[in-house]
Amino acid sequence: MLLPVTSHAIGVLAMGAQAAEKAAGGAVQSAGDNAHAVQPLDFVSMLFAFMLATFIGIGVIRRVSRLLHTPLMSLTNAISAIAVVGSIMIAGGEHYPTWVRVMGACALFASMTNIISGFMITDRMLKMFHAAPEGQAK
Amino acid sequence: MTTFSSTSDAFNATLAAGWSLPNMKDIIELAYMVAAGLFIFSLHWMSDPKTARRGVFAGVAAMAMAILFTWAKPDVTRHLWIILPIALSVWPGIWLANVPLTAVPQRTALSHAFGGLAAGLVGTAKFLYWYHNDPGMLTAFRVGAIVLEVLLGYLTLTGSVIAAAKLQEVKWIPQRPWVYPGQNIVNLIAFGVAVVAGAVLIVQPTAAYAPYLFFGIIFLALNFGWMLVMPIGGADMPTVIAILNAYAGLAAVAMGFVLDNKLLIVAGALDGSSGLILSIIMCKAMNRSFSNVLFGAFGQVQAKAAAGEQKSYKPESPEDAAAMMSQASLVVVVPGYGMAVAQAQHKVRELYDQLKKKGVDVKFAIHPVAGRMPGHMNVLLAEAEIPYTDLLEMDDINQDMPVCDVCLVLGANDVVNPAARYDKASPIFGMPIIDADKARMVYAVKRSKNPGFAGIDNELYFLDKTRMLFGDAKAVVGELVKNMAPSASMH
Repeated sequence: MLLPVTSHAIGVLAMGAQAAEKAAGGAVQSAGDNAHAVQPLDFVSMLFAFMLATFIGIGVIRRVSRLLHTPLMSLTNAISAIAVVGSIMIAGGEHYPTWVRVMGACALFASMTNIISGFMITDRMLKMFHAAPEGQAK
Repeated sequence: MTTFSSTSDAFNATLAAGWSLPNMKDIIELAYMVAAGLFIFSLHWMSDPKTARRGVFAGVAAMAMAILFTWAKPDVTRHLWIILPIALSVWPGIWLANVPLTAVPQRTALSHAFGGLAAGLVGTAKFLYWYHNDPGMLTAFRVGAIVLEVLLGYLTLTGSVIAAAKLQEVKWIPQRPWVYPGQNIVNLIAFGVAVVAGAVLIVQPTAAYAPYLFFGIIFLALNFGWMLVMPIGGADMPTVIAILNAYAGLAAVAMGFVLDNKLLIVAGALDGSSGLILSIIMCKAMNRSFSNVLFGAFGQVQAKAAAGEQKSYKPESPEDAAAMMSQASLVVVVPGYGMAVAQAQHKVRELYDQLKKKGVDVKFAIHPVAGRMPGHMNVLLAEAEIPYTDLLEMDDINQDMPVCDVCLVLGANDVVNPAARYDKASPIFGMPIIDADKARMVYAVKRSKNPGFAGIDNELYFLDKTRMLFGDAKAVVGELVKNMAPSASMH
């Protein structure tokens, strides 16, 4: 019932990214091979995504049942371990020296631990929640 | 279409492989977008216990996509460096997922520490790498994001470790707020120094002294974390955990800015807004502001309140209490941290069964800040297989309190203290409470005759209709059950 709101919001998010990309596109062509010239425009689209995602987050989280606030925390724990993306890029990146890769590997270990434990404990807790059996409910 | 490939490694890879690569980049970016959408659905499905488990599956799917497509990036080639940490994380991950549910607050704090550590390490590695190999990448925006990422990451790391230690009741960490004169001034000065250092670094990221400045910021951030959490007492932990949750999310957002990755930004923002909303709920439930929780040092105000005149408790035997509850038509249980400490939830379930068998209606009144983290009581009672339909929020149960025959206060204290309604001198004044005092009869289970955690006398205990059941919550509820069981009620 709430789905249309959320999917609409995703649409808006995608549109924001597209618009920002279009704006950046012109700069890319004129700048040619110089990737650094694109930087000043890129952060606008990132801030855009951040703003929209925050609004979506607030909208979605406010509807989360108060019963489930503890599982919500462990779920968002796991989701914030999305830092795994950065860790993989650094740990496995082709050009990095070893000391950078060691830091990346440590970050990867920390993120993966959060992902595994976060999702597992959330599911473990959610399995415990059940409604009163039919007939007994008052 | 090279818009997204702005990091230097991605740029080099594009140059090396010509025009076939942008397509791969687009595919990865699209996968990231789908993953971001799945994360949103994951949280959306948490709105109802019936669909919540679907949310976990969506989250797992999104995370798996994020990992696999990142791994598939053309410039990610050192696979052993990825496989090894992942393999090492399996055991601690599974271990942390199977802690007893009473230890969930500690586990949550510890995983915030891990999240902070990951963000801090990636930020540190990126800054030092760019400083030595590609100073052109250190634009003002990037350096600003790195400073934010490192500050939030390391602050979350030490703050969460202290929070976890406090929750675990480790001996060398004081449970009571740890305060000293001028504490807030010291913190403010340290914060000011960090801000100035960050600003200098943004202006001069390639100066010879920049790495020293950078390590100075890390040092300050590490100290900030524990300095912020040490003065905060156990009763305020739900708010602190929620705030640290938000910090961990924002650190991921900052990492997204540094790495030019929108999936990190979206997922981090979702986490950040979750922490924000939870901490707002916690603060409202205590009628306090953020700054009051963070800088107020809850323990200080009570010295004079505790010095009031001695009133006397009216103790009651479990036999009489059990008889009284058996005759009630509605019993409301108000659980608190005492129930969690005593691990009494399974005994509570037996009590629930006995009462239901006698035709007594049993409801649970859950205050938002009961326990040591948001939703703590719900999870413990769900573990004991009490249907969530009998767990009611404060606002819903308060309407029924006047028709409640017996209210059993089980290890809760401040959340049922009527002084919150009118006593302006009380540190909990204005906090919304569960109206236990409006029930016809109140039984309060209490471990000892000392005042509760906040050190405040609870006048609910001295009302005419209140009877005290002294002892460990698990033992007392066990006694109640024994006296209610069919064999005991025969004579």
